[in-house]
Amino acid sequence: MIGRDILGIEDLSRDDIELILETAERMQEIGNREVKKVPTLRGRTLINLFFEPSTRTQTSFEIAGKRLAADVVNFSVSGSSVTKRETLLDTAKTLDAMDPDAVVVRHKVAGVPHRLAEVLEAPVINAGDGAHEHPSQALLDMLTVKEQKGRIEGLTVTIVGDIAHSRVARSNIYGFTRLGAEVRVAGPPTMLPSAIESLGVKAYTNLREAIEGADVVMALRIQMERLEGACFPSVREYAATFGLDREKLRFAKEDAIVMHPGPVNRGVELAHELADHRPSVILDQVRNGVALRMALLYLVAGRPPKGAPREGAR
Amino acid sequence: MARVLIRGGRVLDPSLDLDDTLDLLIEDGRIAGLGRGLSDDGAEVVDAAGAWVAPGFVDAHAHLREPGQEYKEDLASGGNAAVAGGFTQVACMANTDPVNDDPSVTMYILDRAEKDSPARIRPIAAATRGLKGQVMTEMMALREAGAVAFSDDGATIMDAGVMRRVLQYSKLAGAPVIVHAEDCHLRGAGVVNEGPVSTRLGLPGNPCVAEEVLVARDLRLAAITGAHLHVAHVSTAGAVALIRRAREEGVRVTAEATPHHLTLTDEATTGYDTSTRVAPPLRSARDVDALRQGLAEGVIDVIATDHAPHASYEKEVEFTEAPPGMLGLETALAVVLELVREVRLTPLELIRRLSTNPARLLGLEGGSLAVGASADVVLVDPERVWTYDPSLGFSKSRNSPWAGATLTGRVAATFVAGRLVYQYERGVSLR
Amino acid sequence: MLDDQAIRRALMRIAHEIVETTADPARLYLVAIPNGGVPLGRVLVENLASLTGQDVPLGILDTTLYRDDLSIRGSRPRLRRTEMPSSVDGRVVVLVEDVVNTGRTIRAGMDALMDFGRPSHVRVVALVDRGHRELPIKIDYVGKNIPTQPGDKVVFRAARLDAGTPLAAAAEVGEMQIVVRGGGAS
Repeated sequence: MIGRDILGIEDLSRDDIELILETAERMQEIGNREVKKVPTLRGRTLINLFFEPSTRTQTSFEIAGKRLAADVVNFSVSGSSVTKRETLLDTAKTLDAMDPDAVVVRHKVAGVPHRLAEVLEAPVINAGDGAHEHPSQALLDMLTVKEQKGRIEGLTVTIVGDIAHSRVARSNIYGFTRLGAEVRVAGPPTMLPSAIESLGVKAYTNLREAIEGADVVMALRIQMERLEGACFPSVREYAATFGLDREKLRFAKEDAIVMHPGPVNRGVELAHELADHRPSVILDQVRNGVALRMALLYLVAGRPPKGAPREGAR
Repeated sequence: MARVLIRGGRVLDPSLDLDDTLDLLIEDGRIAGLGRGLSDDGAEVVDAAGAWVAPGFVDAHAHLREPGQEYKEDLASGGNAAVAGGFTQVACMANTDPVNDDPSVTMYILDRAEKDSPARIRPIAAATRGLKGQVMTEMMALREAGAVAFSDDGATIMDAGVMRRVLQYSKLAGAPVIVHAEDCHLRGAGVVNEGPVSTRLGLPGNPCVAEEVLVARDLRLAAITGAHLHVAHVSTAGAVALIRRAREEGVRVTAEATPHHLTLTDEATTGYDTSTRVAPPLRSARDVDALRQGLAEGVIDVIATDHAPHASYEKEVEFTEAPPGMLGLETALAVVLELVREVRLTPLELIRRLSTNPARLLGLEGGSLAVGASADVVLVDPERVWTYDPSLGFSKSRNSPWAGATLTGRVAATFVAGRLVYQYERGVSLR
Repeated sequence: MLDDQAIRRALMRIAHEIVETTADPARLYLVAIPNGGVPLGRVLVENLASLTGQDVPLGILDTTLYRDDLSIRGSRPRLRRTEMPSSVDGRVVVLVEDVVNTGRTIRAGMDALMDFGRPSHVRVVALVDRGHRELPIKIDYVGKNIPTQPGDKVVFRAARLDAGTPLAAAAEVGEMQIVVRGGGAS
């Protein structure tokens, strides 16, 4: 996979996903060593290109790169290319001239990593683009579920919240369905895209029905500032209707786990008591994030040697 | 070139319901004869065997950007692109800088066009001052200055009261009101058709209902005012159905569809190519089919390009930040010929929608090869295979999803008032 | 080339040699390089237990992330499991490999080992030594020297050996054999 862009789970085959997860499982061991570093990507440069601040994702990629001995450079850009008067093409060409071996891109608009990948020689890893995809998050979610449940095939995964604006939801929908899980989504009708079932999921507006018998319940972060009053009347009403607590969780399987991509709005998507302990596995998700991103970097970072065909779907 | 004889072409004149292999004689800028075996005495002869000979196309909807945004296009580049696409008349939208809401701007455009453009330029004036949707423009004075229609285009008039009065008053000026039907509140931040594709791409969706609500409103307003409403770039199946019903009820409504809405679906946006960002957005296959059906039936009378040039650096940005619009003048014919090949339209009916109908809609001379008419004539080679390279075209901009595409059928030559203003291959068609 | 019986005899002899050359067998720590080293390591651990009466820890160390050819390959190799049950500080570490040829894997293994602590000694077991050394690596305990051509393939097979099987779960080692497939001899 060297040189291959990781733009979305939609482009990954089941074999691709399984290879990434297996590699991540091997990487987990490095995090338990006293010397948490291997020389694998020594002399290689990873650029974290963040057009939208995200301390968590950026830090996770940075640690992943450093554990593989890569030089990690954080490159933060604020504002759109229109306000900066620099086109995406200019940005891409500028970066390419610095000869990176991988570029991790986060942007608030869907499709930006695709456009950059068309120009950049180095592989592009999408670290979240608008409401499109967040592949590394979904992969670490799958890794966590596999670790907790021993399998993904045949499980029922319910994703609750703002499906319409969620890249995490889309990536997880592609990933879990591709690995043979049943995926359900639930949220207020104003937050469910009308065509969501075209992605192979079942949509619910009744939370109880959605989590009935679920093995995994994943709550999504609500952008309260932007959506309160527009997509739901109030935070209080949202929390009462779609916030997860022990009471509502009774309808899920007894051994169901609760996940959240973080950061949690306590008392909104998740009741306070659910955020820290079992059945919640939120910190496992974070821990797995580093191993998963190490796996991605290990598999794709670098430019293919001259003459070697470049893999990957574009 | 006082006399030109176009010999042996397939003459397609919708105004005469004529589809026959004939000679066409041009004399002193007018059509002087149409028949078999016309004498070539003293005439330059164009061998048109295998070609279509049609009245020049009339584009009811283009953005030529002058004055104000000449870095995207101007009347010279836009006019040259027009004749290269077979358009001898082009109605240009009012969203220039300054806005064409004042007779002085209308006259400026006409003055510049006279000098710079090989195509006849027909300004569309704003319906409200500054395209703000509040205060009506001086329609009588604008009409006097040469405006052929009134429209705020993309700055849709959202106040129904204002729209009602604009329609009422347009009757006095005797020109149609063109509506870009899109409810801005329902559209919101939408940039692609709301549906499976927008869901997959994670881009904000623009629902069909945003168009249909406005079409329904304006059809009712046209019905009660008796004014002539022209619906620009119809894109949804629902809008086609609404217009069809209003037609049956006798509402004075005409409608246009663009080559891109007739041939591309929202799937074209899958790679986030900003040249596919248009307003209204590319819709679903079902909508495209309904548009083709509407065009075939005549519910949609006109094919208009909505030619909307933008500089490449303006399009090389985030999808949501890219200005909407794509080039159209130089590719329109080749793109819509697909409909003829699919037997949805006869060549004669295609020409009617490209030429005769838009001329009539805008109250223009043209769209006819009748003896005595101005010799605005286009020669089309319907089988010609060519590759479209915007950098070799006449437009200053390059924002086309057909860049690099192999197209079939193209304009071989264009005459305006009997003067050869464009030929694809120099000298080849003339001898 | 080497059947199960021959391999088991070689491993018993090697166990004897290890005991003879190690002053304090209680400090022994076997580290197998997957995949081939793992079943061999298991047999050696059993042999050492029978000879010394002591449980010798067995670790598994994947050397892939330490390889020196990652930057010149078109794709990255699949990773194998690493399980190091305890620190190697002050231990006599014996790396166990099935076939040693260029010595590059042993080099990677020694680098990897240093990330787990500071062993007092590092020694190397190879069931087969092919001898085309490219680095100054010495094998301390050899099962059999098999002269080969550089193009040959020497394959170690062990039944019921699975790269993904955790050490504890691999209860038994099945039939083992070494096969040489010609290539460079001609």
